[in-house]
Amino acid sequence: MSGVHVSTTINGDPVEFACPQDETLINSLRDRVGLTGVKEGCGTGDCGACSVTLDGRLVCSCLVLSAEVNGKEIATVEGMVEDGKLHPLQQQFIEHAALQCGICTPGILVAAKVLLERNPNPSEEEIRYALAGNLCRCTGYDKIVRAVQAAGKEMRKKSR
Amino acid sequence: MGHDSTYTNQKFKVVGTRVNRPDGVDKVTGRAKYGADAYAPGQLVGLFLRSPHAHAKIKKIDVSKAEKLDGVKAIITSADLPDLTGDDRDLTDILENCMARGRALYDGHAVAAVAAIDMQTAKKALKLIKISYQKLPHVTDVDQAMEPGAPIIHDFVRDRKTGKPSNVCKISQFGHGDVEAGFAEADVIIEKTFKTEQTHQGYIEPHACLANISSDNTGELWVTTQGHFGFRSTCAELLGMDVAKLKVTSSEIGGGFGGKTHVWIEPIALALSRKANRPVKVVMSRDEVFRASGPTSATSIDVKIGAKKDGTITGATADLRYTNGAFPGFWAMLGSMISFACYDIKHVKSIGYDVIVNRPKVAAYRAPSAPMPAFAIESVMDLIAAELKMKPIELRIKNAAKEGTRASYGPTYGPIGIGPTLDAAKNHPHMRARLKKNQGRGVACGFWFNFGGQTCVDLNIGIDGSVNLIVGTVDVGGSRASLALIAAEELGIPYEQVRANVGDTASLGHNDMTDGSRGTFSSGMATIFAARNAITVLRERAAKTWDIPLESVIWKEGAARATGKGNSNRPPLSLKELAASAPNTGGPIAGHNEVVADNAGVSFASHICDVEVDPETGVTKVIRYTVIQDAGKAVHPDYVEGQLQGGAAQGIGWALNEEYVYGDDGCLQNPGFLDYRIPVCSDLPFIDTQILEIPNPDHPYGIRGVGETSIVPPLAAIGNAVSNAVGVRMNHTPMSPIRILKAIEDSKA
Amino acid sequence: MLSVSLTGALRSAVGGAECVQIQASSIRELISNLSDQYPNIRQHIDTGIAVAIDGKIYRDNWDVEISADAEVFLLPRIQGG
Ligand code: FES
Ligand code: FES
Repeated sequence: MSGVHVSTTINGDPVEFACPQDETLINSLRDRVGLTGVKEGCGTGDCGACSVTLDGRLVCSCLVLSAEVNGKEIATVEGMVEDGKLHPLQQQFIEHAALQCGICTPGILVAAKVLLERNPNPSEEEIRYALAGNLCRCTGYDKIVRAVQAAGKEMRKKSR
Repeated sequence: MGHDSTYTNQKFKVVGTRVNRPDGVDKVTGRAKYGADAYAPGQLVGLFLRSPHAHAKIKKIDVSKAEKLDGVKAIITSADLPDLTGDDRDLTDILENCMARGRALYDGHAVAAVAAIDMQTAKKALKLIKISYQKLPHVTDVDQAMEPGAPIIHDFVRDRKTGKPSNVCKISQFGHGDVEAGFAEADVIIEKTFKTEQTHQGYIEPHACLANISSDNTGELWVTTQGHFGFRSTCAELLGMDVAKLKVTSSEIGGGFGGKTHVWIEPIALALSRKANRPVKVVMSRDEVFRASGPTSATSIDVKIGAKKDGTITGATADLRYTNGAFPGFWAMLGSMISFACYDIKHVKSIGYDVIVNRPKVAAYRAPSAPMPAFAIESVMDLIAAELKMKPIELRIKNAAKEGTRASYGPTYGPIGIGPTLDAAKNHPHMRARLKKNQGRGVACGFWFNFGGQTCVDLNIGIDGSVNLIVGTVDVGGSRASLALIAAEELGIPYEQVRANVGDTASLGHNDMTDGSRGTFSSGMATIFAARNAITVLRERAAKTWDIPLESVIWKEGAARATGKGNSNRPPLSLKELAASAPNTGGPIAGHNEVVADNAGVSFASHICDVEVDPETGVTKVIRYTVIQDAGKAVHPDYVEGQLQGGAAQGIGWALNEEYVYGDDGCLQNPGFLDYRIPVCSDLPFIDTQILEIPNPDHPYGIRGVGETSIVPPLAAIGNAVSNAVGVRMNHTPMSPIRILKAIEDSKA
Repeated sequence: MLSVSLTGALRSAVGGAECVQIQASSIRELISNLSDQYPNIRQHIDTGIAVAIDGKIYRDNWDVEISADAEVFLLPRIQGG
C-alpha cells in the first residue's frame, strides 16, 4: 500500500494524516479525523450527505481524493458552531422541525450555508435548486426550505 | 380495552405544542451517532461477496486463497452457519436470505463475507474467493412467474389444488356478498388492469452495524434498526445464543420506513466477529442496499367496479398479484385485505396472489402493500365518475365507509375518519383553484390499519427532580420529543424537565419494532401509565412526609397537594422537593409500565394534487399538493405534519420516477440514486397539510398512528391528475416521461 | 356461543366455513377453544393472527373480554412499515 501524507486545515484547525493514495476524503474525515458528522448515503456523488466545503466550494467528499486536499481548507458541519453558538441555520432547522431522521441534515446545512453566503436572500426556487443535490427521504423538503428561509431572514437582520 | 377514555375535550398544557426535540442539537452539529458512526478498538472491516446472477446453483466456493491473504481474519460462507432454525420456516428463510445456501436466488444475494484489517485488504480478499456457479433459468416479472412453465424458484412451494411446484406461495381472499349480483345491478361497469413497479424505501442511511462477540459467546451489536429487540431475538436464534447474552443498541436511525425491520447483514457481522474474535463493522454500499435489502413489491392488478346511475357502487372486485422476492411472504394478502377499505360496498371481493420471483426478499415499506391497490381502485373510481358525469370527490363521498359499514376485510367499522377527510377535501380552497393549460387535478383516498404491540417504558425521577424517560421504541422521526411531552403533561411539569432516551436491549423488557405507525401511540400509552405509577409513589412520599393518609394527597400541576380538613394550608410539595427528600422517604422514585397497546385506530387520508405535464417531453411537475389526514391527537404537530409531508413525497416519487429496472439477465440495472431517482428539493412544491384530530377512543390522549397512511393516496392522486392533464388514463407506475408520451401516442393511434 | 367469522386462508383451516360457533368470553378462551375444535388452525395461530372485536383489531392482547353479542372476526396478523 503506497500512502500519502496530507496536511490540511479542517474547520480552522491544522490537521495531518496519512492514508492510502486512493482513499476518498469522506473516509479520511470519518475514519481518520473522527468527523463522523460527514455522512455517506451513496458514495457516488448522488445524495449530498457527505457535503463539505473545500476552499469555500461545496463538494461531495465521497468524490474527492484525500490526496487532492493537501494545503486546502475544509469545512464540515462540525465547524458550524461559532463561539459555542449554533449557526442560525442550525437553530432554525431545530425550530422548524426540518429534520426527522437527521442523516441528511449535516450535508444540507453545509450546502445551505454556502447558498446563504452567496445569496443572502434567495427565492424559494433558488433554495430548492441549491439543495437539489442533497437528498432527504423523510421530510418532503417542506420544512427544510422554510428553515432556510427563516435562517436567511435572521442573518440578514443581523448583518444590517 | 378498559383504558380510561375520557379524552374528549381533553385540555392539554404541553401536548400539542411545537417544542424543540431533545436530539436536535446533536443532529444539527454532526454529533449524533448513526449506524456507521461507532468504532471499537481493533475493529475489522466486514464486506460481502454477492451473486452476480439472478438464479444460480453454487457448485463450489473456494476461499483458500483469500484466507491466506495477510490481514484477513475471518471468512464466512453458509458452511459456517449451521441451520439452527428447527421447523420455523420463516427463520430458515431469513437465514438463507442473509447468506445463500447452495443457490443464489437473486442478483445481489450474499454468498460469502470477509472480515479483514482494512478496506483494501477486505476488497482484495473478496476478489480471491472463487465461486463456480451454474446459471439457472430465472423470472423477475410477477405475471410471467405465474405462467405455466415458468422457472420454479422453490420446490417446497406447491399449488394448493394440483400439488405441483408453483411460484404462487399464497392465495388470499377477502370480501363479502355476491359480486355477480352486484354487477348485475350496475348501470356502468369499468374494468381495467394496472401495474406498479417495485420501489425501495430509499432511506439515506445504508444498513450498518458494529458486531462484537467475545469468546464466551456473549456479545454486543450496535446497529441502525427500527427494532433492536426484534433484531436481538432473530440474531440470537440464528447464531444459537441466549437473548440475554446479546446486547443490542439501536443507533440513531437514518430513515427506515419499514426497510429496517428485518435483518440482512447483522447475523453475518456477528458470525464474522465470533470467528475472528474481533469487533467487525459492516456498512452496506448503496448498490448493496438496492440489490440486497428489502424493497416493496411490484404488482399487477385487475380492478372491476360497477355503479348505479346515482353513483352507488354495487359491486367491486380486485385481483392482485404481488412479487414477494425470492422467499414466500404475505404482501398480496395484505393488499387484498385493504384494497377496498375506504368504501361501503355491498358486494366486494379481493383475491391476492403472493408470487415468488428472483428479486430481493420484499420487506415492509410504509403502509406496506396499500399504495398499489389504491392506485388501481382510485383510478377506476375516477373513470366511473367520468362515465356518470359526477365529480370524483362526490362519488367518493357518496360511497365512503362510515360507522356501521362492513369493511372489505370483514369487521364492521366503529366511528372512522374517511368521511371527514373527504368533506375537508371538498371544502379545501385547493379544490377551487384554477388550473391552467396542461394542468390536471387528482383526488384520492387511502387507508391504513396502524397497530400497537408490546411496549414497556421506565420513568426515573432524578435526585434533582428532572425526569429520565427510557423507551424501547426506536425514534425514527422525533418521537422522543412527543414522548417527553406526554410525560411532562402527565406529571404536570415543563417539557424541559424531561429527557427521553431510547434504551438498549439490556435496559428494558421486550419492545416490538417501531413499525405499523406504533412508536408514539404505544410508547405514549406506556409513558402515561408509567407516569401515573410514579405519581402514586410521589403521593405516597408526600403522605409520609406530612403523615397524612394517601387519599388526602392529590397530584396537580407538578406537585403533591394535601386536601381535606386541616390540610389545606400545607404548602404543596413539588417534584423537586420530593425528589430531594427521596433518600429518607423510601429511596429512588420511578414509574414503570408494560402494555400491549392494541387498537392504534385505523386511519384514513384524502389527498389533492395538481400537476402540469409537458406534452412535448412527458415531464410531470407537481405544482400543488394537499394532504388531509385523520391523525388523532397530534402530540407534536410539527412531526405529524412531517410524517404527512414525507409520506406524500415518497408516494410522489413512486408515482413519477422510482422503479427497479431488471435486465433480461435478471440483474438490477439501476442500483444507485443516479438512476433510481427519488424526489429532490426542486421536484416538489410545499406540501400543505390539514390534520383532523379525531381522537382515538382507545388511547388515553386520543392518539392514533399517523406515520404510514400518507403514502397510500399519492400514486392514485397523481395518476388521476396526470390523466386529467393529458386526457389519457395512466395505468402503470412510475408515470415516467417515456410512459406518459407512449400513452399519449397510443391514444392517438 | 360466539359467532366467529373467518377470512382469507383461515377458512380452509376450519373446513371452508365462513363462520364457526365457539364458546368463549375472552380472546384467550376463543383461541384455545378454537384450536381444540379445529386443530388445523394452530399453525395460523403460531404464525400470527389478529382478532377484530366489534371492529377493533387486537393482535397481541389475549386478555380482552368478548361479549356474547360481539362481532368477532379472525384475521391474519398484519405487518407495518
Ligand atoms: S455519499 Fe457523497 S454524495 Fe452520497
Ligand atoms: S431527515 Fe431523514 S433523510 Fe432527511
